[in-house]
Amino acid sequence: MSQNHTGPASLADPFSASTRLVHDHAAVSSSSPVDGESAMLRAVESSVVRRIFGGNDVSRRTFMKMLGASSAMAVINSVFPLEAAKAMALDAIGPIEKKDVRIGFMPLTCGTPIVMAHPMGFYKKYGLTEAQPYKASGWAMIRDWADYTQMLAPMPIAMTLGLGSPKIPFLTPALENVNGQAITLRMDHKDVRSAKDMKGFVFAVPFDYSMHNLLLRYYLAEGGVNPDTEVQIRILPPPEMVANLKAGNIDGFLSPDPFNQRAVYEKAGFIFMLTRDIWPGHPCCAFTASKKFAEEAPNTFKAIFRAIIDATMFSSNPDNRKDIARAIAPRNYLNQPVEVVEQVLTGQFPDGLGNMCHVPERIDFDPFPWDSMAVWILSQLKRWGYLKGDVDYRGIAEQVFLAADCASVMKEMGFKAPDTTYRKHVIMGKEFDPDKPEEYLAGFTIRKA
Amino acid sequence: MNSKSFTICMLFAVLFLALWQLLAQGSEMPTPGQVAVVSLDFLREPFYDAGPNDKGIAILVGYSLLRLMSGFALASVVAVVLGVILGRCPTLFAAVNPYIQILRSISPIAWMPLLLYSVKDSEMTAFFVIFMASLWPTLANTAFGVNNIRKEYLNVAAILQMKPLEKFFKVILPAAGPAIVAGLKISMGSTWVALIPAEALLGSLGLGYFVWNEWNNLSLPSVIFAILTIGVVGVAVDWLFSRLARRLAYSD
Repeated sequence: MSQNHTGPASLADPFSASTRLVHDHAAVSSSSPVDGESAMLRAVESSVVRRIFGGNDVSRRTFMKMLGASSAMAVINSVFPLEAAKAMALDAIGPIEKKDVRIGFMPLTCGTPIVMAHPMGFYKKYGLTEAQPYKASGWAMIRDWADYTQMLAPMPIAMTLGLGSPKIPFLTPALENVNGQAITLRMDHKDVRSAKDMKGFVFAVPFDYSMHNLLLRYYLAEGGVNPDTEVQIRILPPPEMVANLKAGNIDGFLSPDPFNQRAVYEKAGFIFMLTRDIWPGHPCCAFTASKKFAEEAPNTFKAIFRAIIDATMFSSNPDNRKDIARAIAPRNYLNQPVEVVEQVLTGQFPDGLGNMCHVPERIDFDPFPWDSMAVWILSQLKRWGYLKGDVDYRGIAEQVFLAADCASVMKEMGFKAPDTTYRKHVIMGKEFDPDKPEEYLAGFTIRKA
Repeated sequence: MNSKSFTICMLFAVLFLALWQLLAQGSEMPTPGQVAVVSLDFLREPFYDAGPNDKGIAILVGYSLLRLMSGFALASVVAVVLGVILGRCPTLFAAVNPYIQILRSISPIAWMPLLLYSVKDSEMTAFFVIFMASLWPTLANTAFGVNNIRKEYLNVAAILQMKPLEKFFKVILPAAGPAIVAGLKISMGSTWVALIPAEALLGSLGLGYFVWNEWNNLSLPSVIFAILTIGVVGVAVDWLFSRLARRLAYSD
């Protein structure tokens, strides 16, 4: 190693006492690694070493002089798994283990990015040349279905905890959509003005562990109606909700789109309230992977992570929504009339009572899985008795919702991402502080647990 | 069917269509004409393949038949072997018969959640549901048939000092043949009935999936087309199987 090494600082040997790891854009030295892989490894070592010494290059050099490079490396390795960090960084450019991944989806507009990534080429773009979206027939089934799946946002949390399913650790690297749900009521309930008027109603939601269930319960309880005792909440697949609404078996539902709009299209009901008016920007569906699969095929995981973020950001642009509607409406994907899908995605829709509405953010797409959203979900699962006992809110949230990873991948891809993973949310005017979930929970008078 | 029956049969068809047309008019139910249009659309291109979730009707029927045959074949082998053993050991048969009676009265679909939970694969689950649907009628019929083989046949086999396998193929199977074939026929019918909901619930490609996918789009004409197809294919399978069974019975 040359004594007056002045190559790019991140590629200089961090275990040498003579090198400088500060950036000084000088000429590249011949001793810095030339091929991509060793350059990558060196960059990782440097960043790890630099981080350990807090950016203080003088103390690093003193340390290296005292110990010598190889024993210094051993000492550092003992406190920081350098080999693991190197392996992880290499994955970013590594070969994809499984090009023909099976991606499960439900025929809903919630899964728009997962679905449209196929006809619009986002999987191919990231090397997943044979990725295929497979349509699942029910939420209870979707977990066994594919390598990666769309899930209702609370599902990966419930599964990681073993609620209502075997205990399987699941990851949410990114959300699919925010908003995108509504309360739809039967035509003869035109006079309903608030939750108070809904006492005795029979409602349908798609699944226990769904934002639909949690938001409907929240809405009713805020209006003074106990969702466990004063109404009935049934689990129904969305297409059956429309048929049952028409048949008069249920009074209303809180369903994923396009089925709220489909009910209007079928003249079976009207849209009473969009869920964005309950919690603007609430999570709806998540993109998930079993932890096992993500670890077994890490490069595939990284590729699909990027493809989904790219597709989600593309979907968030209102200019692309009409094209997306045309791409996902056919029988192979959503199997819905284009008109209905377009009304949902563009936010220009009839509400079933004769009004044309313009709500561009009726459904929106934002991949960032806020850990604070997971904490809220946990608080509500506990509120309604799905989850009992002490809850490690932050631990579970961070284990399942990979907000920090999502931020770094988004930034790496050139997208803006938040610098924190927790924030306060406002739901029907009530502030939720993710630092105080138990106090929040204690503030509700209507609750089960 | 003689010409008189045929005329009456056709008359029923006309009557049914007229009644359907009358009831459907002005309501939201599709009319026979609408169903015919949709059906022709599906039948015009029976082999198209527009991705993993959208395939032509002939391909879907193929998937269903393949699933039916594989589950039925394995279940039949297991059921006949177990049935012969039970038929030859009346004490054992009497001991396990209550269990068989309980198991055979359980709808194969009821096994689905348990199977899905344990095997964690929708294709394997569909296979096992079919297997369960196929197993019991054949098993019970075989045991009954073997148990009732005339003593003379078995005595002859003993005098000829037949080896067990030889006795199985030359005496037991032919003698119990009619009962076994009757069991297989019931099994085939109940398997076809179980197959459709299994596919619909599991999202496995096939006719059941087709029904579910069209239901998801609330497209009633397509659902009616699917119902008709299920009926026609079911009759065809039954007819083919009866021909096959008759041949087996003649060789007795």
